[in-house]
Order: sequence, then C-alpha cells, then structure tokens
Amino acid sequence: MKEASRDRLKAFLTLLPSIILVAVFVYGFIGNTIWISMTDWGGTGSMALEPQKNFIGLENYVDLFNGFLSAGFRQDLVNAVYYSVMLLAGAIGLGMFIAILLDQKPKGEDVLRTIFLYPMSLSFIVSGTIWRWLLAPQGGVNVLPTYFGFDALDFQWTSSTKAILEFNWQNILQILIYIAAFILIMVGLFVLKDDPQKAVKRWLGPGVVVGAFAWLGGSLLPQALFMEEMHGFNLATLGIIIATVWQYAGYTMALYLAGFNGISQDLRDAAMLDGASNTDYYRHVAIPMLKPITISAVIILSHISLKMFDIIFAMTGPDNAQTGHPALNMYMTTFRANDFARGAAIAIVLFLVAGTFIVPYVIGQYKQRRRG
Amino acid sequence: MKQSLIKLCLVFAAVMLLAVPQVSQAKELKGDLEIFSWWAGDEGPALQALISIYKKQNPNVNVIDATVTGGSGVNAKAVLKTRMLGGEPPDSFQVHAGQELIGTWVKSDRMEDLTPLFKEQGWMDVFPEGLVKLIGTDKGIWSVPVNIHRSNVMWYIPANLKKWGVEAPKSWDDFLKIAPKLQKEGIVPLALAQNWTANHLWESVALASLGADNWDALWSGKLKFNSPEVIKAWELFGKVLQYTNKDAASLSWQQATDMVIDGRAAFNIMGDWAAGYMVTTKKMAPGKDFGWAASPDTTGEFMFLADSFGLPKGAPHRDNAIAWLKVLGSKEGSDTFNPLKGSISARKDTDLSKYNGYLQSAAKDFGKDRVVASLAHGAAANETFMGGFAQVMEMFLKTKNAKATAMACQQLADKAQIGK
Repeated sequence: MKEASRDRLKAFLTLLPSIILVAVFVYGFIGNTIWISMTDWGGTGSMALEPQKNFIGLENYVDLFNGFLSAGFRQDLVNAVYYSVMLLAGAIGLGMFIAILLDQKPKGEDVLRTIFLYPMSLSFIVSGTIWRWLLAPQGGVNVLPTYFGFDALDFQWTSSTKAILEFNWQNILQILIYIAAFILIMVGLFVLKDDPQKAVKRWLGPGVVVGAFAWLGGSLLPQALFMEEMHGFNLATLGIIIATVWQYAGYTMALYLAGFNGISQDLRDAAMLDGASNTDYYRHVAIPMLKPITISAVIILSHISLKMFDIIFAMTGPDNAQTGHPALNMYMTTFRANDFARGAAIAIVLFLVAGTFIVPYVIGQYKQRRRG
Repeated sequence: MKQSLIKLCLVFAAVMLLAVPQVSQAKELKGDLEIFSWWAGDEGPALQALISIYKKQNPNVNVIDATVTGGSGVNAKAVLKTRMLGGEPPDSFQVHAGQELIGTWVKSDRMEDLTPLFKEQGWMDVFPEGLVKLIGTDKGIWSVPVNIHRSNVMWYIPANLKKWGVEAPKSWDDFLKIAPKLQKEGIVPLALAQNWTANHLWESVALASLGADNWDALWSGKLKFNSPEVIKAWELFGKVLQYTNKDAASLSWQQATDMVIDGRAAFNIMGDWAAGYMVTTKKMAPGKDFGWAASPDTTGEFMFLADSFGLPKGAPHRDNAIAWLKVLGSKEGSDTFNPLKGSISARKDTDLSKYNGYLQSAAKDFGKDRVVASLAHGAAANETFMGGFAQVMEMFLKTKNAKATAMACQQLADKAQIGK
C-alpha cells in the first residue's frame, strides 16, 4: 500500500512540470486569446507598451460573420471548407488507390514507395514555390504541349477569378438548415434497411420537416446581411488543392500500406477461397478493417487543412481573396492591420472549427475504450 | 566540480558587471548596432554601401544587419511588431515614411523625437519643407528619409508604341480610346500584377480622377470616401481594369514590367523602382530603350513614398543608432545609396550627375511638382486602413461594385480614424 502511494507520488511529480507547462502554454494561452478576442485591442496606439484594452463582448465575432467589412473573412471561411473537403477526398482517395496498387507487390515496390512518400519531406513553402512556377499562367504546365508542337494551354490554375457553386451569404441560416435536413435524410436512408421504424421516426421524418420548413419559410428566416454577398468555390483554389494533395497523398498511402500489410495473408486467402475477386476483397474486407486508419488520416489531414498558410502564401501571396484562408487572414489582420482583437477572434473561430472535427473523434474513442 | 562551476559563474557575473558601465561610458562608439530592414535582394547592395560608410566612420562598432526578406516589408513588419511588443527593439528600423510610422509607432509613443538631430545637422533647410511636414506631427519629426520614390509613373517602350501607332496617353480618356484598338491586336493595354499593384494602380487613377486637393482632403478627413467624387474614381478604375491582363493575380510586379518589355503589353503603371529594374537588371537605357510619363491626368503631381529610419525608445545602443541616422541623412550617404537603389535623394542639394537619365528627370519633377502622399506605400494612411484596404480592393476586383466599395472604404476610414 505504502509502496503504491509512493509510486503514485513519484509519477505525479514526474508529470508535474509538463502538467504546469501545458496548463500555462496551451490552455492558459487559449484562454488569453479568448479574452483578447473579446476586447477592442487594435487600431492606433495598439502597439503602446501598455495598450488599452476594453471588454466589448462578442462584438468582434458578430462583426466577422455579418459585418460589412468582413466579406473577405467569410470568403476565406468558405474557401477553408472547400480546402478541407477537397484535401480529404483527394489525399485519402489517391493515397488509398496508390496503396492498393502497391499492395499487389509490383516489381520495385520499395523504390516506388519512397518516390510517393518523398513529397511529404518537403516543406510547404518549398513545394508551394515549385507549384507556383508549374502552374504559372504563362509557363510550366501550360507550355508543356508546345514541346510536342501543340498550342499552349490557357488554364488559369491559381489566378482564375471564376467561382462555381455560389451561394448568397445573406441566406446562410437557410442553407445551414438545408444541410442539416440533408444529413438527417441521408442518415435515415442509411438506417432504413436495419430498422425502418426508427429510421422514419428519428431521421427521415424530422429531416423532411426541417427541409420543408427551410424551403417554405425561408423568407421568414432572419437574414445575415442587408445585401447580397456571393461566395463559392473559387476555381483559383484548384491549383493549391492539387499541390496539397500531391504533398499528402504519399502520407496516406504510407498509412494504408502499413495497414494492408498488417492484414494477415490467411484472411486474404480465405476470402479468395470463398470466391471473392480482388475488388471484393478490398471493398468488403481490407478497407473496412482499416477504418481506424481512415479516421486518423481524416483527423490529421483536416487539421492540416485548417492550418494551411505557407503553401497559399507561397503560391498566390497574402492578398488574394480567391485563394484566401482564415489562417492567412488572421496573420494579416494581426500583424499588418494591427487589429489584435479581431485576429484573436479569427483564431478562436478556427480553433472551434478544428474542434468540430476532433471532438467527435475523441468522444468516439472514449466510448470505444469504455465498451472494450 | 560543482563548486568550480559556481565560482566560474560568479567571476563571469563580475566581469559582466564591470564591462557594462565601461561600454556606456566610452566616448568612442563601440559595441553593436542592429539595423532592421527588409532590403534584401535587389536593394541589398545599396544598404551594404551605407553600412560601409558607417563602418569607415565608426570602425569599432559591430554592425548587425537584421534583414527580413519580403516585398514592401510584409514579413519584416510582423517580426518587428513581435520584437517591439516583447520589449526588444532593434537600434534602428526601416519604415515607410509618413502615416505608416506615425499611425503605428508614434501614436503608441514608441519613437524618439528627432527634431534636435534635424536642427543640429541643419536638415531643416536641406529637406524640402513639404516633406518634413509629411514625416512629422505637431509633436516632432519622427524619421530620417533616405530616399524618395515616385508612384505615379507610366512605363512604355517607345519603339513598340511606334510599331503599334499609338502614343503614351496624357489622360485616361485617351487611354480608354486607344485601349480597345490594342486589345484587338492581342496586346494587353495595361499590365497588372498581384493585389498590391492593383492598390498601386488605384492610387494613380484616383489621384487623376479626384485631383490633388481632393486627394489631400480625403486623407485629412475632409472628403468622405463615399462621396460622389470618390465613387466616380472607383468607376473609372473599373473601366481601366477591363484592359488589364486576366492572370494578374499570379504575377509579380517584375513580371508585369516584363510584359511591357517583351511587347506583350503596352503600358504599366508602377513606382520608379521599375526604372531601377530595367536599368540594372535588364541593362536598358533610360529614354532610349524605355520611356516614361506621369500616369494619365497626373502631370504636375508627384505621388511620393519614402523609406526612412527611426529611433525607437529604449534602443539598446542609442548613440550608435544616432550615428547611423547621421550617415543616412548626410549628403554622402544619400548620394551613395540612391543611385544604387534607383531612387532620388530627399535632399535639395543632391549631386545630380551621379544619377541616370530617369532619376534626373524625377528629381527635377520633385523640385517643382505638387507632392502628394502615396496610399499603397504607407505615406497617406495608417496600417489599420491599409490592412483593410487590401481586402476592400479584393472585394472590388470581384464585384466591380463602385458604390459598395466606396461605402466599405468609409467604414474602414471610420475604424482607422482617418483624419483624426
């Protein structure tokens, strides 16, 4: 008994420095940022030795989401969503595809693996500069066909000003409700086969009701802005998405390849014996078994996509609404416009968005452990 | 073992204690001088020339060249801010003269008044009066300008214009007349690059549309940004933008200038560092290989910007920094630096024979033209306005809505307390 408590004390003392450091430098600073985001620290005189800070509550956040001057931030936020979705889909899809190909044990697998993994060892600022040259409108990829006697291409990879899938920020509430209804209905359809009654009661029914409400009562909903403000998927972000996918596909490939190699050969043989084709094996056996890997890839890539900064800075520069990102906006607001409070508010918004990715994962893990 | 370590520490501390007062008491300048700037790349040699003058005068000072790269100081300014907030200022730092310095560091009470230095060195008479007014407030003078750049210049290649049968436009009306013709022949009428060059173009267009008096009124808060005059300026800007290249966002300013040199574009509006680029890097002769004119409708107006150095309060080596500022303001320093940097001297008694053809003409204009402050380069407005203006510009490039943009500008001006 005595021995045990002494061990415990030792363990506690060993951990104490890191507990204190984490408490101060992680949670303390998060708290401080939240506090700053609720002040009016900014503008002239903000760099004084003892700058004046007054508490103004959530004003900075309100301004970010429906202030007249914050259109840039809202576009950046929309961009960030597209960056995240496209990076996840691209890097995981491509990575998994390459991993499956390599899992067939082709000749020179080791060399290929190194080649595919190599981009990850570059820093974003380096690969960003390379891709900037490759995707330059009057050079790189676009002049490639001229070497074979064709006309140069005219793709505006990173400088296009066109946008697709545009929506009006004014109606953001309505759109969010639509999305909620869509998710409810999709989950309902998913559950329908196993438990029709629960599916209709819990998911499909509410989904249809919510969707109908948004459709019929859309004009009753309060509008976020007094004027139209269109945001959409800017085609100029494509160039940056290509570069990021290129950089991270190798990483997911390595994750999946490790997973595939971990599945015992017996299992594969058994599946083959049961008459499964190669496609069936991956679809029904291998990939479902690698769910934990998929989840960790999603977590890692989604937070990378939320931190994207250097690659955008290198490829399209600091002021480019078409390819902007909240992280860049935060830096510019804080250190160029000297608006520390607003910069802090943007940081907290990013922090919360990152939380929505990670918290469900953490809860899932926790539940699993309890069950197990 | 342990004891000897403690002893060693004690001896070391004693030496430190003895050494510190000696350094500060010494008459001959010693110790370090940290110069913080963003002059890397093309501008590096010009800075080095200044440093070597300083080294000759003060051989015992160890000069630390703390350069942070990045166009118009975008990275350097962020580093500087974290250092100043952390209470670790460099001895002297580069900053755009005018409101960018005043709105940030002077309003925060972080700079020393340099009026005594100006009086002692006789700079009150050497620098033009209008310039001294723009770098000072009623409380003092805040920086030593090392150079003067002109922002409203239109560049072209005379041989190309002859080939196409056009002349350099004197007004935007002229430009809008010849631009469609050029466009039909597959020539970009006006080369443009990434976002900040759009700000740069805007200030030339706005100055042309508003006139110098209204331009000054805008920055002193007497003219509202959402007034009809300013909306008209935005509308003109929108018309001009139709005749720029579509891939602007991914080009650097050098690439936009290259378009003019290669004959892919007819004109480019850029500051006179473009002349430095064409003369030094491209080995072109001013007046012969390339031509210039004041940007349309701004003849007789000189939109200026200047790099300058100030003295932060609490600079660790104040005496060394003052000696540095003396070099910067001196005739020798100024005439060594500027021909290399491709700018003109801020002094009235400059030795014009050291400068090339373009710079001589610019110096002549600076002497007689109406001097107005540049927005895009920090002379007209403080950093809060400039930071927001970059976003407002993006909004305009996307929507082309002159009225909404003008309203956004006014909101921004209120927030940045322009004219207060």
